[in-house]
Amino acid sequence: MSVQVISNTCTGCETCVSACPFGAIEMRGGKAFITESCTLCGACIEACEFKAIERTGEEAVAAAKDLSAFKGVWVFAEQHKGGISSVTLELLGEGRKLADKRQTKLSAVFIGQDIKNRAKDLIAHGADVVYLADDPALKDFNDDSYSAVLTTLATLHKPEIILAGATAIGRSFIPKVAAKLYTGLTADCTVLDIDPETGNLHQTRPAFGGNIMATIVSPNHRPQMATVRHKVMKPAPRNDARTGEIIEVKFTQTGDVRTKVIKTVEELGETVNICEANIIVAGGRGMGGVKNFHLLEELAKVLGGAVAATRGAVDEGWIPYSHQVGQTGKTVCPKLYIACGISGAIQHVAGMQSSDVIVAINKDPDAPIFSVATYGIVGDVLEVLPVMIKKFKEIRG
Amino acid sequence: MNIIVLVKQVPDTSEVKINRETNTLIRDGVPSIINPFDMFAIEEALRLREQHGGKVTAVTMGPPQAADALKETVAMGVDEVVLLSDRAFAGADTWATSYTLAQGIKKLGAYDLVIAGKQAIDGDTAQVGPETADMLGIPFIAYIKKIEAIAGGKMTVERMMDDGYDVVESSLPALITVVKEINQPRLPSLKGKMKAKNLKVTTLTAKDINADENLLGLKGSPTKVVRIFPPAPRGQREILSGTIEQQVDQVVKKLKEQSLV
Ligand SMILES: Cc1cc2nc3c(=O)[nH]c(=O)nc-3n(C[C@H](O)[C@H](O)[C@H](O)COP(=O)(O)OP(=O)(O)OC[C@H]3O[C@@H](n4cnc5c(N)ncnc54)[C@H](O)[C@@H]3O)c2cc1C
Ligand SMILES: Cc1cc2nc3c(=O)[nH]c(=O)nc-3n(C[C@H](O)[C@H](O)[C@H](O)COP(=O)(O)OP(=O)(O)OC[C@H]3O[C@@H](n4cnc5c(N)ncnc54)[C@H](O)[C@@H]3O)c2cc1C
Ligand code: SF4
Repeated sequence: MSVQVISNTCTGCETCVSACPFGAIEMRGGKAFITESCTLCGACIEACEFKAIERTGEEAVAAAKDLSAFKGVWVFAEQHKGGISSVTLELLGEGRKLADKRQTKLSAVFIGQDIKNRAKDLIAHGADVVYLADDPALKDFNDDSYSAVLTTLATLHKPEIILAGATAIGRSFIPKVAAKLYTGLTADCTVLDIDPETGNLHQTRPAFGGNIMATIVSPNHRPQMATVRHKVMKPAPRNDARTGEIIEVKFTQTGDVRTKVIKTVEELGETVNICEANIIVAGGRGMGGVKNFHLLEELAKVLGGAVAATRGAVDEGWIPYSHQVGQTGKTVCPKLYIACGISGAIQHVAGMQSSDVIVAINKDPDAPIFSVATYGIVGDVLEVLPVMIKKFKEIRG
Repeated sequence: MNIIVLVKQVPDTSEVKINRETNTLIRDGVPSIINPFDMFAIEEALRLREQHGGKVTAVTMGPPQAADALKETVAMGVDEVVLLSDRAFAGADTWATSYTLAQGIKKLGAYDLVIAGKQAIDGDTAQVGPETADMLGIPFIAYIKKIEAIAGGKMTVERMMDDGYDVVESSLPALITVVKEINQPRLPSLKGKMKAKNLKVTTLTAKDINADENLLGLKGSPTKVVRIFPPAPRGQREILSGTIEQQVDQVVKKLKEQSLV
């Protein structure tokens, strides 16, 4: 199987050269030439308006799985110390929609210790069935035990779809489940849609630091698995009148315990986990020094938000790395992102561009941050922030 | 200690610019680099070797030119390199990539630790580490920001979580993925560069690693990319004007109207 240029049809327009995300197309003798860097992704086939690029060779063989045996939508219901994570409610909201479209059940897999009394909350938020694994051995997150529980359940009950949050926990153990089940896993999805006929899940996700979007399907494998970005999907509303079934599952440790958590350290202290914050006030090198970061903290406090930063500010040592937003930091998706003294480098923008509203404050009117900002204030942050804090204090009382 | 580092060659996305008019990537002349997270993996492996002795082997799956990335690792001080390259590997998703890497690693003999980057800056999935660990049947721990201790077939590491970090103990061999906080990668040395220059990179094909061809490349990949497109441009943008007082007033008013504050 390969992707090839039909030499006679190629006009030498070079459109495909920039369409290829892998730089795998060169011009040779006035025609496009596909080099060995090609990953067979197909982007160039769509980009060529002359239909001069085609896929050739044998089609991938359908795996001998009986797809019709797989039914139902599952979500992994993440919790921390017994509190249901906000991403879980978003997954239940999205999972409910998919299950209704496919006319099937929505189930939640709930793993932890002393969480039994919260299982009904998952039903109130849309689950028809809760698989509850409540065991002292499941107190801390552990890749081995969490993946064992989910893999065992999925092998037994054959769901068609499994969704999990693209959180530290989800992105760590869900791939192990996909590896065991020999099935497709799509990372960090922002849009999901199901074909009601085939049940194929169309999973759309950003890649290349948010510079391109890709839609991915696993046509011949089940369950179809995806991790879903925080704060993108709508949380499921609560309805205490809903009923459902809670099925307790036993956890049995097989083999040795290979890894264990010795200690958990909460670093962000009183400030909120930036991935969960609805409002983020972020600072860059333009803040001019650690001495001015109290302005960000004050604004965040007034708005009930969290403080984040660029790598520039982190590298200066003004704030710990756990607050860094961007390609090598965290991806956030708040309702409001206030960028203060941030230039808007693509590695930073990659981590915050899906925020609902972006306010940028920068003294340079040509700063790239303004091209992603909903509202741009041109001015010195050290003058703007005190005014902003004052005004917000007034309206917030 | 025998340490294996997983290294991926990627387009340098920091050189990629976006054409804001057409919303497409401008990537003319974008160089290929070692995935930035893998630099931390290499550095950590070299430091462990300096403390405990042993050998560091860098492994990559990719087209023939991925040998350049391996040469760079040798310039930094890596002892041995292996390139997994075969037309049959092309088009691999994370499952098929991990299968190929796991088959390759099994060929290398005994090892104590495998270190990978947290994620690759092109595919961005962060799935190859955990999937490879699973296929090797060894423990996996993600987002390591510090290795506190390694002794007696055990290690203690600090794992970054969304709201802080965990101290985790694991048996060896294990596979970890590392984040930027773990270290500051060194520059290549002159001696290393000389060694890299004369290096003949060992290439292993599908046959060499006893791979089942039905599990390789596009054929063995459960996921298929069906469409690639530029992200939707953001909604209307407004650059405000007036005194600072006036600009702030406008923003506050708009945010209030949208009940954001
Ligand atoms: C592989 C790789 C990964 C990276 N990952 C990340 C990442 O995850 N996150 C990240 O953020 N960066 C990342 N970077 C770095 C990124 O390229 C930028 O260097 C960084 O984001 C810049 O930070 P900054 O905006 O704080 O600083 P600068 O780029 O220095 O910008 C400062 C801005 O402040 C403005 N300014 C200065 N003084 C004032 C003032 N008084 N009032 C108002 N405005 C003022 C200036 O006009 C300027 O626009 C990465 C880079 C690479 C190569
Ligand atoms: C736009 C786009 C979207 C994609 N989305 C998905 C998806 O959702 N699911 C999916 O299964 N596949 C997906 N793929 C395919 C995926 O990018 C490839 O399988 C790729 O080979 C590995 O994934 P990654 O780049 O995300 O690596 P990551 O899993 O992010 O890499 C983590 C670490 O694994 C190691 N590693 C990764 N690849 C190699 C290698 N070739 N050689 C040696 N070490 C390596 C490195 O240490 C690296 O730091 C996508 C591809 C494209 C082009
Ligand atoms: S199929 Fe994808 S990787 Fe191959 S040349 Fe076309 S755009 Fe580039």
